[in-house]
Amino acid sequence: MEATSLLRPGFADPVMHAQETFRMVLDAMSRPGSLHASTVSLEPPRSLHPATAALCLTLLDHETPLWLDPSLESDEVWTFLRFHCGCPLAEERSAAAFAVLDGAPCGLASFAQGTPEYPDTSATLICQVEGLREHGPLILRGPGIRDRASLGLSPFPATFLEEWEGNQARFPRGVDIIWVSGKTIVGLPRTTRLEM
Amino acid sequence: MYVAVKGGERAIENAHKLLAEARRGDPEVPELSLPQIEQQLSLAVDRVMTEGSLHDRELAALALKQARGDMIEAIFLVRAYRTTLPRFGASEPLDTDNMAIRRRVSATYKDLPGGQILGPTFDYTHRLLDFALAEDGVHPEARVADDPLPQSMPRVTGLLDAEGLIESSEVDDSRPVADVTREAESFPADRDARLQALARGDEGFLLAMGYSTQRGFGNTHPFAGEIRMGEVAVEFIPEELGFAIEIGEITVTECEMLNQFKGSDTHAPKFTRGYGLAFGQCERKAMSMALVDRALRARELGEASGAPAQDEEFVLYHSDNVQATGFSEHLKLPHYVDFQSELSILRNLRRDHDTKAARKEAAE
Amino acid sequence: MLSDATVDVSARRDWMSVLAKAKAPSLLELWRDRPEQRLPWHFIRRPEVGLTMLRGRAGGDGQRFNLGEATVTRCSVEVDRRLMGHAYLLGRDLQHAEAAARLDALLQDPDYQAELLRAVIEPLRHAQAEERALASRKAAATTVDFFTLVRGED
Repeated sequence: MEATSLLRPGFADPVMHAQETFRMVLDAMSRPGSLHASTVSLEPPRSLHPATAALCLTLLDHETPLWLDPSLESDEVWTFLRFHCGCPLAEERSAAAFAVLDGAPCGLASFAQGTPEYPDTSATLICQVEGLREHGPLILRGPGIRDRASLGLSPFPATFLEEWEGNQARFPRGVDIIWVSGKTIVGLPRTTRLEM
Repeated sequence: MYVAVKGGERAIENAHKLLAEARRGDPEVPELSLPQIEQQLSLAVDRVMTEGSLHDRELAALALKQARGDMIEAIFLVRAYRTTLPRFGASEPLDTDNMAIRRRVSATYKDLPGGQILGPTFDYTHRLLDFALAEDGVHPEARVADDPLPQSMPRVTGLLDAEGLIESSEVDDSRPVADVTREAESFPADRDARLQALARGDEGFLLAMGYSTQRGFGNTHPFAGEIRMGEVAVEFIPEELGFAIEIGEITVTECEMLNQFKGSDTHAPKFTRGYGLAFGQCERKAMSMALVDRALRARELGEASGAPAQDEEFVLYHSDNVQATGFSEHLKLPHYVDFQSELSILRNLRRDHDTKAARKEAAE
Repeated sequence: MLSDATVDVSARRDWMSVLAKAKAPSLLELWRDRPEQRLPWHFIRRPEVGLTMLRGRAGGDGQRFNLGEATVTRCSVEVDRRLMGHAYLLGRDLQHAEAAARLDALLQDPDYQAELLRAVIEPLRHAQAEERALASRKAAATTVDFFTLVRGED
């Protein structure tokens, strides 16, 4: 097997593209529910959406163990992440600083929740879904949202609302979520309340 | 009351220009180059690297030039620069057993295998100013022996170990390594966190702390078991390769202090060890570090006597000169509002005091 | 792993070490006019400066601790669309890293290996050994000979 057929390139301009992506995720987390599009051009391994790859290249390094949904795993993905991010593979969900997941997550409590002293040490979940649209049945309230925002997520299992309530009950501990579909992302920090 | 906060902008800008001119000094005098600093003020470079906690000779030389030779300012510049770079990972532990030795002495054994190698040392110089150096054009040449030193030299601790008279090291590489630059310090601190803090710590502070243990504030009866200086290879395992590669060589100074230990209920009498390691040729620093490292083990060895050098909170919270200078030197920055409030409190207290005194006088 | 399984790891570690420890001007001088320069190549990762935390062991043989960081430059290239080369080296020399990565790629190809070892790696290794031996001989001249000192002769 040719070594090179395995490895896809990362950011063409690592500094600028990482900064652009960081700005995008910063905006998304400060304005929960609003859609943000990645402008960086990337051809990531098949199972990763372009925005997921951009987030990984920006946020992950050798100090951030990654939990990868088994359904997204392949040699190609690990080679890409190991080379460009240098991130170790988390053996357990609870050891991960970041997770890349397929669809709306369940078992939020099984990820690192942070501590009361350092709530920032909790996991950030990057969840890939098929569709994200600005208006939909989900109502969002909380810091960074004027009155309320609405969001359409598909597919969206109703059980997630319960999961999210559990996450909120653990505040200031708890995970943060970044929804990804293609090049679009939406932030759902632990401070945001959700209802249908 | 923020009256005086604005308006300093032009003054600051002009102060920076004046600083730049003062830094350069008399333009008739040739300007210092970075290679000159790196080569001819090499121990200053070594100290900036060690306490700046960043090995890069050229950056340390630049920092010294920019800081006009002010060590702590140069260390501050290097620490600030370091924060702009991504970290690729951590090296394999430096293998000082395989050091290419340029200096190696022991105060404990005269005839240790491999010998006493003095190297480029100030020891045994007469500390007389050498006026020949005031002139240019001195080209001293070192003596070259016919044969190089042996490839590897046994450690003094190894000699004592054969008799079982020295504590042995515990090694557990499955344990994560503390990093005081990433996690807040917490107490009691483990030895890895202490050694890192001491390695970054101020040479003068550690020298004084080490000295205090010798003068009886927590006496540890130290001997310089071995001091070695030379080059070691740096090994790193890139994620994409999965095996260790050498990425270069650096100079380090290592000091192992041996300390008499009377024994306790749980430990037999033996020699205990204090350890110092520093970038470049930083011998005073490595020795001080080893003395303080040993003093800080007092709790673990059940010999704590409350001496300052045994108090890890005191030592570790005050050893960092960038932190110390930040807090001490901030006192010169505007405190106009704080001071106004102090002044008004003092005036009120004085008024109460005077009123009470007057009343008392009237009553008598 | 991104290395060709047929390449001997210890041989590769060896030339990577020589390339990393080489003085950049000597390396670039030996590499400048090599015919292998003409092979097409591109960056997988442009030369990039970062840090590595250098570790020591308490007592030289005990528990690991973080001594302090060092600047490191890394670079990855692909040569001839089939050979991937990596470089990690102390310091901030981008050209050095690029040359080391391209040579690491080429050295994995049996067609170029022997010639590059002879023309680039061996001269660098020789220079490094000479330099080390000279430093060691100068240090050896400062070895204390207690017997001589006691007699008061020199």
